Amino acid sequence: MRRNTSWVRLSSLVFGFAFLYIPILSLIVYSFNKSRLVTVWGGFSTQWYGKLLDNDQILDAAWLSLRVAAVNATGATLLGTLAGLALARFGNFKGRTLLSGMTTAPLVMPEVITGLSLLLLFVSMEQVFGWPAGRGVTTITIAHITLTLSYVTVIVQSRLSSMDESLEEAAMDLGARPTKVFMLVTLPIIAPALISGWLLAFTISLDDLVIASFVSGPGSSTLPMVIFSKVRLGVSPDINALATIMVSLVSIGVLVAGYVMMRRERNRQRDVQMALSAGQA
Amino acid sequence: MNDVAATLSTLRQLPPLRWLVSLLHRVGLRGRNAVIALPYLWLVLFFVIPFVIVLKISFAEMQTSSPPYTSLIHWVGDKLTDLRVHLNPSNYLGIWADGIYTQAMLTSLKVAVISTLLALLIGYPMAYAIARADTRWRGMCLMMVILPFWTSFLLRVYAWIGILKTNGLLNNFLLWLGVINEPIVMLQTDFAVYLGIVYSYLPFMIMPLYATLEKMDLTLLEAAEDLGCKPMRAFFTITVPLSMPGIIAGSMLVFIPAVGEYVIPTLLGPADSLMIGKLLWTDFFTQRDWPKASAVAIALLLVLIVPLVWFQRRQAHATEAGQQ
Repeated sequence: MRRNTSWVRLSSLVFGFAFLYIPILSLIVYSFNKSRLVTVWGGFSTQWYGKLLDNDQILDAAWLSLRVAAVNATGATLLGTLAGLALARFGNFKGRTLLSGMTTAPLVMPEVITGLSLLLLFVSMEQVFGWPAGRGVTTITIAHITLTLSYVTVIVQSRLSSMDESLEEAAMDLGARPTKVFMLVTLPIIAPALISGWLLAFTISLDDLVIASFVSGPGSSTLPMVIFSKVRLGVSPDINALATIMVSLVSIGVLVAGYVMMRRERNRQRDVQMALSAGQA
Repeated sequence: MNDVAATLSTLRQLPPLRWLVSLLHRVGLRGRNAVIALPYLWLVLFFVIPFVIVLKISFAEMQTSSPPYTSLIHWVGDKLTDLRVHLNPSNYLGIWADGIYTQAMLTSLKVAVISTLLALLIGYPMAYAIARADTRWRGMCLMMVILPFWTSFLLRVYAWIGILKTNGLLNNFLLWLGVINEPIVMLQTDFAVYLGIVYSYLPFMIMPLYATLEKMDLTLLEAAEDLGCKPMRAFFTITVPLSMPGIIAGSMLVFIPAVGEYVIPTLLGPADSLMIGKLLWTDFFTQRDWPKASAVAIALLLVLIVPLVWFQRRQAHATEAGQQ
């Protein structure tokens, strides 16, 4: 019987995770560093968190980024669900290859290309139609939706593909029209995928630098843009404080999500068990 | 599940949604076509048409105006036949002639290839270990791989600045260990760029690899062992070829964006390093030469078109195979 633990595998995991997490931990540790020289320890202090809360530039940028990210995530989830549904359920419709290509291309396209192309689009549209008048929150949101749409489509499409279609077929056999089937049967089943798609779109938008730099206007700086301009000049402890806050929020979110999913899975297993034993009774 | 369905059912009765549906019906978009049309139109407008515009502007010339490029279409008279289209290929000729663009393209490709290989070397063992781990631990391991991806990419690259600096974490640690006597210069080097790219894109390499490795039939390896095959040989003749789809998917997910990377070379790389993403950015923001930047973008797109189409084909085949 071959052994299930292998030192090679275990050590590759340990080193791999150390590689992934040591930089993040260093960010957190040095956010509490009294010294301004980020990597020379000068004592424990939370002063940088205070300085962060006083920094209006960062706070304004954060608020803008959050607004853009939320609108973008909702729009991307709506469009991405439709696209994922079409690609997973509608078979070989006319224009399928193009839709499939358009939804997977932004996933890998270098952001400098998409950023430049969107900016030139907005400039041309402004010339011809007068809208969008100047670049700002609207253009950033549109650009981000276009980018994150692909991620949601991939998630929804793969979830729908792996879903048991017989439930939908049963509903249709019982006389439900397609829209009703979608709303009452499909949507509740893929709801977790939609939520994770929304969160993914939110995160990507919140973190995007290159595309935002191209399509933003004066007065509409996103959080990554502000961070980038500060970071180019060197390390700065208030950025460490910001990083710690963001990492903590994300970690809590992921842990909560993981826990909720585990509970749901256990409940589902229990329901299935009960249904089976009731059937046998 | 019941309350979600009930909520959605109620939502559908709401006036705004009914209004939206009837509006779409009036435009002729019912059912399926509406579902396809909405994302289709959005993507055509905001993804495809911009590329056409980039192509068009790459044939223009820079000028100080708003917008800062010349128009391609000129009227030389009053009649419709007096329309002249002026395609100026000087941007492309400039790219071809000016050595730095070719050099930057080659450097970018080199960096991307090396980074992809490094990511594969680090990511494959990790993916393999997770795929063969006890089912209890897999979820947690996957979560730990994904978690850095959810935190800010920019901030994680910034973390490496603090680590690789001359008086940074790594140098101080090595000095304390006594392994070195003087700090090594690690920031603003090519090494830092490789490190940054591998670090940032590692989850993209691990996930497809894990997905493929997880599906692998372990009895094949047992059969090989029964037939007297050594584990190492079994790995290379059975596991690696079977995980090829994952290897290719992961490599494409790392290689293609890495070629056009801007943030990592700017923050971690040498100040004079030539990568095509940096050049495009400088042409656009510093030189304000939009036509030139457009031509660079088209050139980059042409270089990447083969891996891009290959990636898309594989994605389409994979999802279709999964759907059967």
